[in-house]
Amino acid sequence: MALLSFEKKYRVRGGTLIGGDLFDFWVGPFFVGFFGVTAALFAVLGTALIFYAAVQNGDYNVWRINIAPPDISYGLKFAPLALGGYWQLITICAIGAFVSWALRQVEICRKLGIGYHVPFAFSFAIFAYVALVVIRPVLLGAWGFGFPYGILSHLDWVSNTGYQFLHFHYNPAHMLGVTFFFTNALALALHGSLILSAANPGKGEPVKLAEHEGVFFRDIVGYSVGTLGIHRVGVFLAVSAAFWSAVCIVLSGPFWTRGWPEWWGWWYNLPIWG
Amino acid sequence: MAEYQNIFTRVQVRGPAYPGIPLPAGDDPRVIKPFFNYLAGWLGEPQIGPLYVGRLGLLSFAFFFVAFEIVGLNMLASVNWNWLQFWRSLPWLALEPPAPAYGLHIPPLNEGGWWLIAGFFLTASVLTWWLRVYRRAVQLGLGTHAAWAFASAIFLFLSIGFIRPVLMGHWSESVPFGIFPHLDWTSAFSIRYGNLYYNPFHMLSIAFLYGSAVLFAMHGGTVLAVSRFGGEREVEQILDRGTAYERGALLWRWCMGFNATAESIHRWAWWFAVLVTLTGGIGILLTGTVVDNWYLWGAKHGIVPVWPNVFPPVPDPAAL
Repeated sequence: MALLSFEKKYRVRGGTLIGGDLFDFWVGPFFVGFFGVTAALFAVLGTALIFYAAVQNGDYNVWRINIAPPDISYGLKFAPLALGGYWQLITICAIGAFVSWALRQVEICRKLGIGYHVPFAFSFAIFAYVALVVIRPVLLGAWGFGFPYGILSHLDWVSNTGYQFLHFHYNPAHMLGVTFFFTNALALALHGSLILSAANPGKGEPVKLAEHEGVFFRDIVGYSVGTLGIHRVGVFLAVSAAFWSAVCIVLSGPFWTRGWPEWWGWWYNLPIWG
Repeated sequence: MAEYQNIFTRVQVRGPAYPGIPLPAGDDPRVIKPFFNYLAGWLGEPQIGPLYVGRLGLLSFAFFFVAFEIVGLNMLASVNWNWLQFWRSLPWLALEPPAPAYGLHIPPLNEGGWWLIAGFFLTASVLTWWLRVYRRAVQLGLGTHAAWAFASAIFLFLSIGFIRPVLMGHWSESVPFGIFPHLDWTSAFSIRYGNLYYNPFHMLSIAFLYGSAVLFAMHGGTVLAVSRFGGEREVEQILDRGTAYERGALLWRWCMGFNATAESIHRWAWWFAVLVTLTGGIGILLTGTVVDNWYLWGAKHGIVPVWPNVFPPVPDPAAL
């Protein structure tokens, strides 16, 4: 059932990547498709495993749930369920669900005749997750280097992993990631503000369009990237934040094992200082 | 046949530069003769300039210049005015706030006095820039949303550098100027107060920060994807929704069962970005004033995970 007044004319068949017409239908507002089925299976199974593993651990306080990866001694092998096996299965389910979700977005974009920018951007978030729980653990040789699944326990992991490198803020890729996150929030605030301020100019004022938007930014900083450009900037900033976050943690351990403050010695010891 | 994916602008049109909407009487003329940059045109508008300076802009720039010079000259003085050593050590150099013994008093210049003066001028610069953002919006007949979003960022800036130090009774609580030194301050602050990760407002701030990245990726991606239908003309889409935003809305409705509209997505954007610094500022103001150790706070409220006792117990430093 099409729910929005204009929705019906867009609900056409086709655009699927796999399965042809087999899963080409909607359930309520949701498009299904082959990847909708796989996403639902992985998500339901993964979520059920999280709850089951939490109950097995005796965690009934949602904040304290902690589903830990296997001990380092298991290396890259499968571990018994209660000793990290749940974590391994949940990781498989999570990656399966995320990738299905991205491919489902591709199918929806094809159906709507629009570009693939959204699944492209989402793939960077998936990459960051995979970097944490697959790439880095594989490079270090043990699943135990992945982060535990739990609201507070994953924060403990971030803290502990960071201090293993003495001071993680000195990690140059971390600096880039943080800078992209902050700049993204700034750009998002400016873009949201600009559109709202043009569409809601206050009592008695006519609504403004792109001309005023551009002039506002040129007046303030001498440049306006424009209506199309700001969305490119937004995607670039958001995607870069995820990318450099992934790089900063993959570097830590596999490629740099000392404290991050020490890394900056190259600058202090450049031959140009004489 | 692959479909068109909007990545860069492939055809750049060059007309005469646009001087901007005429300003109301009393405003200064704009400066900088507009020019075009081909590379900028790949990404967005190729035109650079003109710029409105005005009294507030001039004042803000002058205040910033004073603060910048004080910080830079103090750093240069700290390496005996040796330019080579200045560039070599720049990432490590600092202009530190006064020692705790000075409380909220005014210290001698080289014991934190310069820090206080630089902070004053930086704050003056930021506040006049706020006035400028507000004023430019009013003069163009726009809403003042950008100024209020900026105010949220200023709230965090003042919370860290001014309000919290005043509440704690020491300028020394504030942040040094410097590249690595301000990172050291951040880390030391977190450790001193029992790990800021357990601070719920820090959690919220980070959730909104990451959420802002997710939102901009979703929104930016959606608009680029529907740009072949003119999706980037967003105010037009707010007033009279076209097929671009219909398709954008359906992408999300079919994907996650819910969608924003051309106007509401910008309200989501505004609030997410504003709440990053608003919740962050609250988290800062509570630290050391209301809560001394966020880990113990978390343990008291039953949110800290229980880990196996691998190491012998360590006494609480505050109890020693």
